[in-house]
Amino acid sequence: MAIKGAGRVKTPVLRIDNLVKSFDGSVVLNDISLTIGEGEVVVIIGPSGCGKSTLLRCVNGLEPVDSGEIYLRDARIDGQKKNLHLVRQKIGMVFQSYDLFPHMDVMDNLLLGPMRALGRTKQDATAEAEAALKRVGLSDKAHALPRQLSGGQKQRVAIVRATLMHPDILLLDEITAALDPEMVREVLSVVLDLAKDGMTMAIVTHEMRFAEAVADRILFMDGGSIVEEGKPKAFFASPETARARKFLNTFTYEELREGIPT
Amino acid sequence: MDWGFINRYTPMYVEAAGLTLRIAAAGIALSFVIGALCCLARYFRVPVLRQITGAYIQLARNTPLLVQLFFLYFGLPKIGVRLSSEGCAVMGLAFLGGAYMAEAFRSGLDAVEKTQVEAGECLGLTNAQNIRYVLFPQALATSIPAICANVIFLIKETSVFSAVALADLMYVAKDLIGMYYKTDEALLMLVIAYLTILLPISALGSWLERRLRYAGFGYQRSV
Repeated sequence: MAIKGAGRVKTPVLRIDNLVKSFDGSVVLNDISLTIGEGEVVVIIGPSGCGKSTLLRCVNGLEPVDSGEIYLRDARIDGQKKNLHLVRQKIGMVFQSYDLFPHMDVMDNLLLGPMRALGRTKQDATAEAEAALKRVGLSDKAHALPRQLSGGQKQRVAIVRATLMHPDILLLDEITAALDPEMVREVLSVVLDLAKDGMTMAIVTHEMRFAEAVADRILFMDGGSIVEEGKPKAFFASPETARARKFLNTFTYEELREGIPT
Repeated sequence: MDWGFINRYTPMYVEAAGLTLRIAAAGIALSFVIGALCCLARYFRVPVLRQITGAYIQLARNTPLLVQLFFLYFGLPKIGVRLSSEGCAVMGLAFLGGAYMAEAFRSGLDAVEKTQVEAGECLGLTNAQNIRYVLFPQALATSIPAICANVIFLIKETSVFSAVALADLMYVAKDLIGMYYKTDEALLMLVIAYLTILLPISALGSWLERRLRYAGFGYQRSV
């Protein structure tokens, strides 16, 4: 047994032990533990307010934690004040609201991190940024300002901006929530490509079909706890817990209409 | 209207305008520095400094410049600090202006979305880099109208400098009225002098405002 397992034991990219977080006395994350391995894509789903976004924000120190431990490749990172920026360089994050810098064009948005945070040369960073923009089909937008882009284009730029830092892990926080279906598709295909390239990711989303397509593992959260965990196929086909079944319960509008007394 | 009189004494106004502008420039430059420091102390909630700057801003904004000048000119020598008239004027203007600039900068900082700062943090920028590349350019663009209004306000406030024996524009006008009773001419030249200084500055302010509307430094396009 030991020999069989030995070659496969790898340090997880991210490990969270017994994380607790509360806002003004109400517990938002209640004893969360999870590990994410190299190249693994973990999708976190659950009802609004279940704590999934807060979980991502705790990982890169945007929210301080009450107790528990967070490790990035063996190094403990929770509560780190000194050199927090060095930790964050290894954790990419993309938000629902894109948060491109409005006073910089697309290329400057992409270059800021690699040049200022990583100290790379402009020539070097530009070459990589151009190649990355091309991959997501936005070569012609290099010198556009964010306000001149559609939501889907902005979000693709935001993803590229995060990946150009070559993070150990990428956190995606409801990145399609503000987009129409067409834009959702273009953004999700970029994420699928990243998954194929082996990017380690933790994704919070309400796009169930995307979750099923991209995830190696699904975490279902409710009330600040991980209620259920499983492989995507099994989870979506037959969730084990009643709570997850209720959450996933699809309906037809006919059913709804019949339910409403006229 | 005695045009000969106006012609004769215009050089006095030009000289006084030069003095007014030099002191205003020095005072306003200092007020930018003071304002920026105070505003950062308040924005980043630096303990103790934050309370001190808060008290300073209230004190500076709620007392007249004339009183502040008297304090510097007549009060400080009593504790052994002796400043020249020019020194008092520059310090007084910086003291008053610093508070106004701090508030103008703060309004700009507050207008920058919190998520912008978070996005900078997520890229692994240091605090200093985040301020310089993300926060400050956006805050400045929003603050420009308030900053321009402050600059114009501070230049106008220089009209009380005559109280500490500085030969500024107001001083020259009062002097000419006292000596020659040419009230109309002296005051007309005074108004023209202030307009000549302030109208171009107003225009510059409007131009900057248009140019930086989208915080698009160097990228302004009509949209």
